[in-house]
Amino acid sequence: MSEQFDILPTRQSMGGIADQLTRIPLHFPADRRWMIAMTIASALLLLLMVSVVELFTRGVGIWGINIPVNWAFAIHNYVWWLGIGHAGTLISALLLLTGSEWRNSLNRFAETMTLFAVVCAGIYPILHLGRPWYVYWMFPYPATMGVWPQFRSPLEWDIWAVLTYLTVSLAFWYTGLIPDLAAARDRATRRGWQIFFGITALGWRGSARHWQRWQQAYRLTAGLAVPLVVSVHSEVSLLFAVGQIPGWHSTIFPPYFVLGAAFSGFAVVSIIAVSLRSWFGLKNLVTDDHLNLLGMVLLATGLMTGYGYIFEVFDAVYSGEPHEIQTLVDRFAGAYAWTYWGAVIFNFIPLQALWLRTVRRSGWMLLVISASVVVGMWLERYMILVTSLYRDFLVSSWSHFTPSFWDWSTYFGTIGLFLVPFLIAIRLVPMISIFESKKLLHEENEEQQHG
Amino acid sequence: MADEFYGALAEFKTPEDLLAATRKAKEAGYRQLDAFTPFPVEGLDRILRFPRPTISFVGLGGAIAGASTALAMQFFTNYDYPLNVGGRPIYPISAFAVVTFELTILFSALAMLFGMLWQNGLPRLSYPVFDGERFHRASKDRFFLCVGADDAKFNASETLAFLSGAGALSVELVPE
Repeated sequence: MSEQFDILPTRQSMGGIADQLTRIPLHFPADRRWMIAMTIASALLLLLMVSVVELFTRGVGIWGINIPVNWAFAIHNYVWWLGIGHAGTLISALLLLTGSEWRNSLNRFAETMTLFAVVCAGIYPILHLGRPWYVYWMFPYPATMGVWPQFRSPLEWDIWAVLTYLTVSLAFWYTGLIPDLAAARDRATRRGWQIFFGITALGWRGSARHWQRWQQAYRLTAGLAVPLVVSVHSEVSLLFAVGQIPGWHSTIFPPYFVLGAAFSGFAVVSIIAVSLRSWFGLKNLVTDDHLNLLGMVLLATGLMTGYGYIFEVFDAVYSGEPHEIQTLVDRFAGAYAWTYWGAVIFNFIPLQALWLRTVRRSGWMLLVISASVVVGMWLERYMILVTSLYRDFLVSSWSHFTPSFWDWSTYFGTIGLFLVPFLIAIRLVPMISIFESKKLLHEENEEQQHG
Repeated sequence: MADEFYGALAEFKTPEDLLAATRKAKEAGYRQLDAFTPFPVEGLDRILRFPRPTISFVGLGGAIAGASTALAMQFFTNYDYPLNVGGRPIYPISAFAVVTFELTILFSALAMLFGMLWQNGLPRLSYPVFDGERFHRASKDRFFLCVGADDAKFNASETLAFLSGAGALSVELVPE
């Protein structure tokens, strides 16, 4: 991309970027707005705590789940949160490897988003266990009962996939952060900040020898992170597809889930990008051209997700299996048809506006479309779960699912669990990669001179 | 004399100035050179003739260790507690693939992160160059070249003069 146009305005100086970005944690500029956001986020987190205490006291019966719909909000929101997380890794790792340097303004907060979204996802299966204090049964330890976890089951794959994803995301995030922590350490004037950044930067001094090893480690970790994302969400889809429930048992599921995940995640990245740049006045670093590119990626992943919808219909009809076709009809016209059509409308209708360049370059339009996608993808996960389960093979067990108050409170609570650490991270670490922005600026300047 | 100093530090305005000066220092016969830059400068490692980093082999080692651990764990648990699930095979490689893949990546990524830190000698919070008067700009917008005092050709006044002549904005000696 940088061959065609300069994505960062070249009038700014490297020192200016470093000062601007390190000032955000060191001399926080938007105290009041931050306090308001933090108050709302903390209230949501408190709601989660209350919900979890209630859940642990009274059990999963407080949710709306029943037989046959025994996997409702817990797994639905688990998939939704995990999907959002995936875009952070993709934007960071995939675009690093393809040399798309416009990512440099977006990768840090996208990766931060990944970390906390995965945490939100990760708590759901534990909450859903019923007896969460036995979560260690998922790990192979020499138990006195003489049994081991069942490694041939997707439910066991899940914990390995999610924990690996969380750990590798954290390692990748921290590797990329070390040089910026050093930059913040050298700008810090207050003792507390000097100690904090001094320790977390590990004594990074920018030695050429260190950069060389660092670059190799960073790029290779990125190379591992890309197939990791694909494997993790494929594994999540196998939780569904390995079972023979109609509407789940399909080979399209792994790519369908991975693309849907990227789609919802890029929407959240767009929301955060637009909010942060207006919040902290970062329009010189997150430019309209960045939004333009994000809009294109959102449109592309959205259309690929749309392909998944079409293929799902084909798959059901092609199978000729009566239950599959029944589930398809239930999705189109059953009790939960509103989730299907809601997903289609929220996901794909406003999205079409992104064909226009002026829409892609407008912050608030992108924000509205992204919010619509986030809602649409949430409805899609709801639809996949509930419409397949509420009428399974046994007619005698057909039933309905209505989310209870505790379903909703737990879900809104996880938004607090996401926002609170994210808002804290904004105050602690540079939210845009400083050294990568400088590198890009230098390359652009060089091109101008030689160009 | 040479024992009192860690080396001579020269500050440059642009990566190009740093590259040119490094090349000159190499030609002048200096060997104990290191550069400190706010971002990785392309071509510097070629001029300084650093050996290729070996992080990739560390990562490969981690990957092999991860895959073996995962396979050993899954084969053993199914051997120790064979459970007949509808007559399906006890040792299906396809069902073991996911956990094996995840642990391959987990071990490999962690090995590379810790290998990189270990080889770089980090964390090491204090280092002689941090005493440089202007060194705090190495993380901002300046590019530094350091000639080590253990260099055979190092001589405090001559080296400083040489670095000034190579286009440095400022030069200084950093104490051991």
